[in-house]
Amino acid sequence: MNDILDVALRLVAVLVVFLTFPLLVGQAEHKVMAHMQGRLGPMYAGGFHGWAQLVADGVKFAQKEDIVPAEADRRIFQLAPAVALLPYLLVLIAIPVGPNGFVGQAIDAGLFFVLAVMGVGVLGSLMAGWASANKFSLLGGLRTAAQLMAYELPMLLAAASVAMAAGTLSLPGIVDAYQWWWTPWQIVGALVFFIAGLAELQRPPFDMPVADSEIIFGAYTEYTGLRFALFLLAEYAGIVVLCGLTTVLFLGGWHGPWADSVGWVWTLLKTAVLAFVVIWLRVTYPRLREDQLQKLAWTVLIPLALAQIALTGVVKVVIS
Amino acid sequence: MSLAAAAAAPSGFLSPTGVEIAFVLVGIATLGAALISVTTKQLVHAALWLVVALGGLAVEYLLLTAEFIAWVQVLIYVGSVVVLILFGLMLTRAPIGRSPDADSDNRWVAVTVAAASAITLVWVVVDAFRTTWIELDGSVQGSTKVTGQTLFQHWVLPFEALSVLLLAALVGAIVLSRKNQDQDKES
Repeated sequence: MNDILDVALRLVAVLVVFLTFPLLVGQAEHKVMAHMQGRLGPMYAGGFHGWAQLVADGVKFAQKEDIVPAEADRRIFQLAPAVALLPYLLVLIAIPVGPNGFVGQAIDAGLFFVLAVMGVGVLGSLMAGWASANKFSLLGGLRTAAQLMAYELPMLLAAASVAMAAGTLSLPGIVDAYQWWWTPWQIVGALVFFIAGLAELQRPPFDMPVADSEIIFGAYTEYTGLRFALFLLAEYAGIVVLCGLTTVLFLGGWHGPWADSVGWVWTLLKTAVLAFVVIWLRVTYPRLREDQLQKLAWTVLIPLALAQIALTGVVKVVIS
Repeated sequence: MSLAAAAAAPSGFLSPTGVEIAFVLVGIATLGAALISVTTKQLVHAALWLVVALGGLAVEYLLLTAEFIAWVQVLIYVGSVVVLILFGLMLTRAPIGRSPDADSDNRWVAVTVAAASAITLVWVVVDAFRTTWIELDGSVQGSTKVTGQTLFQHWVLPFEALSVLLLAALVGAIVLSRKNQDQDKES
C-alpha cells in the first residue's frame, strides 16, 4: 500500500509541476520581452505587473469556440494537440530535481527515454499540419519535419557524449557522477544540445515552421480556443523540459553549496536561468532562413558534436 | 544468458499473471493496429496506425523487461522513421480522405509473403524459447548494462558487420545523391 501511495504522490507532484511551470515560463516571457523591448503590455489586471492577465488569457481561450475546418480530417485534427503536449508530461517524470531519489521515477535508460519521448511530440505538429487541409499548415508541417530530422542527430550525439563521460544512461546517475570540470570539458556538447533543443521546440530564432510573416502560424493556423492553447502550452512545457535536461546533463543538476539539503533549489535555479536565456534569444536574434537552418545543423552542429564525442572518448581513456 | 532463468515449476498457461494478461492484450492491440495500417485506404492514416503498432511493440519490450530496447524502438522507429515517412507523404501526395491508388495488385503475393514470414518467425521463436521464463521480481534483465555487455562481448562480430553494412548504405546514399546533381547540371 505504501508503495502505491508513494508512486501516486510522485505522479501528482509531477502533474502539478507540469501544470504550473510552463505557465510561469509563459508569464516570464511576456514580462521579460516587454521590458527588453521597452513596452509595457497589460499592467492593470491583478495589480502587481498585471499578473492576473495570464488567468484572463486562460479564461479567454476556454471560452472561444472550438472550430474544426469542414475539409479537415476531424479525428486527427482533434487528436494532434494531445499528441504534442503529453510527451512532455511523460518526460518530466524522469528528470531528477534533487539528490536521494528526488525524481518522479528513476529510469535505467533515462537519457534514452527522455530523448525518445521528446521526439514523439513532433508527431503532433505533423498531424496538425496535415489534418488542417490548409496549404500553409502543410508547409508548416513539412518544415517541422525537416527541422526535426536535421536537429535530432546533433542532440543525440551531444547527449551520448555526456553518457560516455558518466558511464551511465540513468539521469540521476549522470548527475551523481558529475564533477565541476565537466562543464568546461563538455561545453561544446552543451551548446550543441541546447541549440538543437531550441530548434526542436521551434523557438526563435529557429521558428521557421511557424513563421508568421510567410505561412501565418504554420501547422497551428487553423486551431482556435483550447486546442490552440494546448499547443502553446506544449511549447512552454518544452522549454521547461529542455532547460531541465540541459541543467541535469551539463550543469550538474543539484550540485552546489549545501547540495544535500537545498539541492532541488539549485536545479530549479539553473533551469530558470536557462529559461531566461531562451526568452532572451527570442528577442535578440532574427529568424533563420530555411536553408540557413539546415546548413547550421548539418555543417556546424553535427561536426561539433562528433568532435565533442572524440574529445570525451580521449579524455575518458586518459583519466581511467 | 541471464534470460534463461530455467523452467520454473509454478509457471503455467492456466494461471496467468497480470503482466501476462497485459502482454496478450497489448499484443492484440498491436496486431490490430498493424492490420489496419496495411488495409486502410487513407495513406496518412496508415502511417499513423504504424505509430500505434510500433509503440505497442515498445510496450511489449517493456513488459519483457527489455527497457533499453524499448526506448531505442521509440526513438528510432516512432521518432525518426515514421517522421521520415510522413515527410515523404506530405512532400509527394497525401490527400485527406481515401487515396484511390492506395491499393496494390500485388495484394495476394504480399499476403502470402507476410503469412509465410510470420509463420516462420512464430515457429522459430516458440521453438527456441518454449520453456524459458523471465523472472520479473529479480533485478532487471534487459538493463542498459546487461545489453551493452552482451552486445560487446558475445555479439561483437555481427555488430561490426552491421556497422560496415550501414556505412556502405551511407556511402551509397551519398553517391546516388551526387550523381543526380551532376546529371541535372549537364542537362
